Parts: sequence; structure tokens; C-alpha cells
Amino acid sequence: MNKLLKKSLLWSLAAITAMGFISMGCSSNGEFGSSSDAAQKVYVAPGEHDEFYGFFSGGYNGQMGVYGLPSGRHIFTIPVFSQAPVNGYGFSEETKAMLQTTDGFIPWGDAHHPELSQTDGETDGRWVFMNENNTPRVARIGLDEFKTQEIIEIPNSAGNHASSFVTPNTEYVSAATRFSIPMKEGSLENMDVSIDSYKENFKGTISFIKVSDEGHMSIDFQIMMPGFNYDLSHAGKGPSDGWSFFTSYNSEEANTLLEINASKNDKDYIAAINWKKAAEYAKQGKGEMIPGKHYRNYIDHEEGGIAKSEVIEEVRVLDPRKLEGIVYFLPTPKSPHGVDVDPTGQYIAAGGKLSTVIPVHSFAKMQDAIENEDFAGEEQGIPVLKYDSILHGEVENPGLGPLHTEFDGKGNAYTTAFISSEIVKWNIEKTEVVDRIDVYYSPGHLMIPGGDSENPDGKYLVSLNKITKDRYLPTGPELFHSAQLIDISGEKMELLLDFPTEGEPHYAQGIAAEKVKKNQKRFYEIDDNNHPHATKSEKETKVVRDGNEVHVYMTTIRSHFTPDNIEGIKVGDEVYFHVTNLEQDWDVPHGFAMKGANTSEILVMPGETLTLKWQPKKVGVFPFYCTDFCSALHQEMQGYVRVSPENSDTPISYSTGQ
Amino acid sequence: MSQITKLSGLIILTMLLFAACGGSGEKNESEASAEKEEQKLTDFEMEHGIGPVDEEIEIGEIDPELAKEGMRVFDMKCGACHKLDSRYVGPPLGGIMNVRSPAYVMNLILNTDEMRAKHPVAKSVTTEYPTRMTNQQLTREKARAVVEYLAQESQ
Repeated sequence: MNKLLKKSLLWSLAAITAMGFISMGCSSNGEFGSSSDAAQKVYVAPGEHDEFYGFFSGGYNGQMGVYGLPSGRHIFTIPVFSQAPVNGYGFSEETKAMLQTTDGFIPWGDAHHPELSQTDGETDGRWVFMNENNTPRVARIGLDEFKTQEIIEIPNSAGNHASSFVTPNTEYVSAATRFSIPMKEGSLENMDVSIDSYKENFKGTISFIKVSDEGHMSIDFQIMMPGFNYDLSHAGKGPSDGWSFFTSYNSEEANTLLEINASKNDKDYIAAINWKKAAEYAKQGKGEMIPGKHYRNYIDHEEGGIAKSEVIEEVRVLDPRKLEGIVYFLPTPKSPHGVDVDPTGQYIAAGGKLSTVIPVHSFAKMQDAIENEDFAGEEQGIPVLKYDSILHGEVENPGLGPLHTEFDGKGNAYTTAFISSEIVKWNIEKTEVVDRIDVYYSPGHLMIPGGDSENPDGKYLVSLNKITKDRYLPTGPELFHSAQLIDISGEKMELLLDFPTEGEPHYAQGIAAEKVKKNQKRFYEIDDNNHPHATKSEKETKVVRDGNEVHVYMTTIRSHFTPDNIEGIKVGDEVYFHVTNLEQDWDVPHGFAMKGANTSEILVMPGETLTLKWQPKKVGVFPFYCTDFCSALHQEMQGYVRVSPENSDTPISYSTGQ
Repeated sequence: MSQITKLSGLIILTMLLFAACGGSGEKNESEASAEKEEQKLTDFEMEHGIGPVDEEIEIGEIDPELAKEGMRVFDMKCGACHKLDSRYVGPPLGGIMNVRSPAYVMNLILNTDEMRAKHPVAKSVTTEYPTRMTNQQLTREKARAVVEYLAQESQ
């Protein structure tokens, strides 16, 4: 009996242990996380919404990925700097101009840092900005329709990396050149000189883009800078509002094998820019207006929804050697990458890629040093402060390769360590590490919703990892980048979720869904459609020939096109299908694809008009059809165009249902 | 014996784990309640439809301005599927005001999905046409104007 009791006790013990393991689960890499707990925390039941939107740059895909958090569900991709066949962005006649630059039409971009607009230092859900590195540009995306509404090109810049960071009331979006190039003194014109004349000729610029109440962007001023590489930035806030901080590396001014030659100096610089003072100088007309041709492309649905390009010929340039008090250099160890200002605005943390500590500068000490002219010297005419005079503290043992820092609003900072693949949590006042967690693998940026604002939502952290390796089913040599969601609500960080991301997210931003959801457009009122080629009823549909240009004014509704039989088109014509979607229901776009068109389909939102251009090359009858499964009779949603030889006299005719 | 005890312990555990899931049969309940609701339609709803228009709409002498606005809205939001004189994607509407009340037509325009799901007349028309009527987001004022236009055309 006794024996039996003992046996069954042992058995139940084993069962409980087994149950424990079942409920905890085992993730790869030997992570015995409390997975059931984690699963509950990231579980968003069918039909329920996530608590946060996450906006992730797409890196070399040029777009912006939208993810729900905490589920990690990929809910949308916003086309920004690259053509997108998914809806015709950059292909349709209405959107082509968005990708126009002084180098002509560029179908691709390298998107890096999304940044939400802010009011009073807090994310406000109006817009999200994003920079493009390769052809220097900044985009503004409207969060009412999740569409790119404006793109401005940055002149006198050779790689727009330290961008698009906003000031606390979105007065400005900043942009600084990653690559310096030879610039003529005075005109900043690019020069035909030997590359090894770097030290003599190469310079950089930092631009401040003014944002109007409606969101329109214009370059207010550029500041001429020494020929370093400018890497990242963040604006000050609270006591440091009015300042922006930019990391630089390559203070060695090397022009070859930078991994060795730009890693020699013990310290590079953070450039502290007094943008308020610079803006005053600009307002007073100080500095020089110089040639600086750049495009501003914008699209406004209310103005007809056709992108317009504006060419701006000049730009104001401020020279900090002549205009006192706008730039100071803060010596910062070993090629700093990220620069992040804590929510109180008192501290400036830098991630030195090769540094063994995280230096934290004090804004108050920086100001004292400036006031007392406590300078270590000058660098190309710009005052350099003393490291020890401005230092708040150094975080010891922060992991290898510290890169970027975000904040939880509870006195803690979180820094990614690229080389040691971990996130390190540290106390800002004490500059002491309090917790660390492994991530898989090699994190670049990290994101806490509102984590670079004055008011972070310190609940979740997303680690944006550069290396994926074995985290998902293998997909050949190329893998989606891995992101990981970490619970930061408690003292110990807890890994909750892996999720794949498109392209290469560099930075990301998060915002409480409530701030964005309420402003969502569901359709465009057809009565307010101001497109010059809109067709607001089937009665107005027509086909008009003008020389070899043919304009088709077409409508769609479930489940037919009007007209759907078109004749009289000839080889060599340029046919413009202006398709207006008469639907007024949420989520009922119609697509339009034409056989042989050298462009993508267009996806027309309810109440919208988009135009597809087609140049028929062959004689015959060619079908077109709706690409978006719109209704039970979607497969019936089709039509034909008859194409006659170039010299034929087939008259234009069109109809539906006859 | 003790083997069986052990096994039954496991079986019970497994059953407990599975018992946590449930929730089938919900659909039947909602279908049943939809039927009930249909049976519950009031005399007003039977004649004038279900929706925001909960009082009779009287159309007296045609207001030509209102009818003109109604025609504009009809062409833009309805005309892609409805003709006045012939069957198209939807039924012809030239004489509609002779067979339906103004409130019924307004409710069908303004509350399309519920009308199509619950009102026996709307349901039976729906079965005759392969394409489902869509909600075109008219305001009540615009729907009223459309009805004025249709009344004019029904004379």
C-alpha cells in the first residue's frame, strides 16, 4: 500500500513536470522561455486589433512595412521610394511624378529611418516621415490614408542617412549627408577632382526641412560641415529642445578602406546643432542663397490626386565658421553610430561601434561648457568641447558593438549590442547595467513605441535584427530579417516573439493604435473626386481620340467595366485608361490590367481615379480585366479592346451590355 | 492494475486539455436568431423596410430642384447598376415608386446589408440577380433626393 502510494505520487510528479514542459514549450536555441505566458501576451484573438502600430523601414526595398504589435502581424506595406506593382504606385500616370528627381525618374530607394510626427514631444499620429539614403530624399506619409503624400529631394547631399528625425513639434525634419563629397567653396557644387584630395576638398551638409501645419516640406537652411560621414541623429527635447545631435565618424577624413582608416581616432564627434539659433539666422536672411536644384513631389487627393513636381532652384546655406553658436563638437569614443536623447531631454547617449562603454553626455554640462568657452580646441573652425567636462557618465560593460538606444520613460535605457547579440538595459541616472537579454542575431536598431519621444509606452521593445540564420524555415540563401518582441514591463526583459520582416528594417517607430485608427479614410467620396479625368457616372463614360492619343473614361463597379467593348484603337496609339471606381464601400478596390501594357496594373480605391497608359503594338483583340477579386462575379469583370492597323479607318466606338 | 491507473490518469489529463476548447454551434444559434428577427419584423418594417428611416415619407407634388439633385446622385451612385427602363445589373427602377414606399427605398439604400439579409422582399429580389447590391454611402438627404427623382420617373 505504502509502496503504491509512493509510486502514484512519483507518477503524478512526473505528470506535473511533463505538463509544465508542455505548457512552457521549448523554443530553438535552448531558450526555455515561459512560452505559454509569452503566447498569451502576444495573442491577438481573431477579429481583435493589436494595441500598437509599428512602422518599419523596408531598407533596400524602399518601402515601409506596417506591423501590428504585440502580434507581429504584417498588416500593410506602404509604397514610398520604390515602384509598387501591387497598386501601381510609381507606374500609374498619377503617381509617377512622386519618384522624379534631379537625376530623372528613379524607381527605387533605400529607406532607413521612419519617424512619426510629434506634438509637444509626443507622437501625434498625423504623419510618418522616412529618409532615402541613396538618392537623398525625405518622404512624408499621411496616416489618414497610409499613402506617401510628399517626397522632397535634398540638394548638396550625397547620401541621406542621418534623417528623418523630427523636432518636438515637428517644426523641422533633419537630414545629414552620410558621404561627404568635394564641394566648391561658396557654391557647394560637386567637383571634378582627384578622390585623394579628400582632406582639401570634401565637405558635408546638414539640412533642416521645415514642415508646415499641412505637412508641406521645404528646406529652410543647410549647414556646411567638415567632410566627415554623418550617421544618425535625434532632436533634443524638454531642456534641450532647440538642439539636434548628429553622430559623425571618419573624422580621419579617409577616402579608402574606411574600416581601417576611419577607425583610427580614439574619438569622433557628435555635432550639437542649435537649430533654433540657426533658424533665427535664416529668418534674418543670414548665410547665402546658393544654387541647389531639388524636386518636391506631392500628391493631394483633394486637389485631384495627381502627383505634382515642383523644382526649387536655390537653398540657403549657413556657414558655422561665420555664424557663431550654431555648431559644437562633442568628442565621443570610437565611431559613434546612434545618438539618442532620453525622455527628459537631459542626457545624450551615443553608441560607439568600437567602444567598450556607452558614453552619456549631459546637456546641462554641455551648456555650461559652451557658456564658459571651456573648449578643447577647434576642428575646421568649429569649437570642440572637452569630453570630461560634458560627460554625465559611462555605462561599463554594455556588450560588444553598442549601436542604438531607446527609452522606457521609467528611467531606463535599452541599447543594442550588435557584436554580442544582446540588448542591454541600463539605468540612466546611475549609468549602470541592470539587465541584459540575448537576441537572435546581431541587432541594429531597436524600437519602443514612443521610445525616442518625451512620453514612451514602455511596454514592449522590438529588436530589429540584422542576421536571421536559423530562426525560420530556410528559404535558400536569402532570408527575411528577423524582429523580436521583448516584454519590458517588468524588471527583467522577457523574449516573447520572433517575426519576419520585409526588406531590411533599419529603424522603426511605434504608436498606440488609438491615435491612428480614428483618422482612417475608408473610401473617397465620389462626389468630391477632383481628378481632371474622373468619370462620375456611367453616363459620362466615353472614348476620345486626340491625334494618336486616345483617352478612355472608364468606370468600375461590382462587377463590370463601362465601357467594356472598345473599338477604333490603332497600333501606335497612346491609350490612357482613366479608371474611376464608383464603389463607395470600404475595402472594395477594383484592379485594371491590360494585356501587353509595359507597366503594372493599377488598383483603384473606391471613389478614386487612376490612369494606366498602354501603347498597343500588335493588331487583334486584347482583353483587360479586374485584378482584385471584388465579388462573386469577379471573373466576369473583363472587357476587350480591338486594335486595328495603324492606317486603318475603324471608327472609335464603345459600349457595355449591348 | 497499477498500469491501468497510470493510463487512466493520462487519459483524464488529455481529456481535460481538450475540454478547454469549445465554441462550435455558434453559427446555428446566429442563424436561428436571424430567422427569429425576420419573424419579428413589424408591420411598419414589412412595408417601409428596416433602417434609419423609421417613419413614413410622404411624397407630394414633385419638387423639381430636389428631383434634379436626385438624378445627379442616382447617375453617380446607382446608375452603374440600375437603368430606369430595363433590367441591367439590378432591377429597372422606372416604376419603382408605384410598388415600394419611399421609406422602403431609402432604407434599402442606407441600410443595404441588413435589408438584404433580413427583409423578405429585399431577400427575394436578391435571389433574382447574381450581383449583390452595394452600400454606396449616401447620406439620408441624398437618399431622399433619389427617391424624389424616382417618384418623378414613376409618374
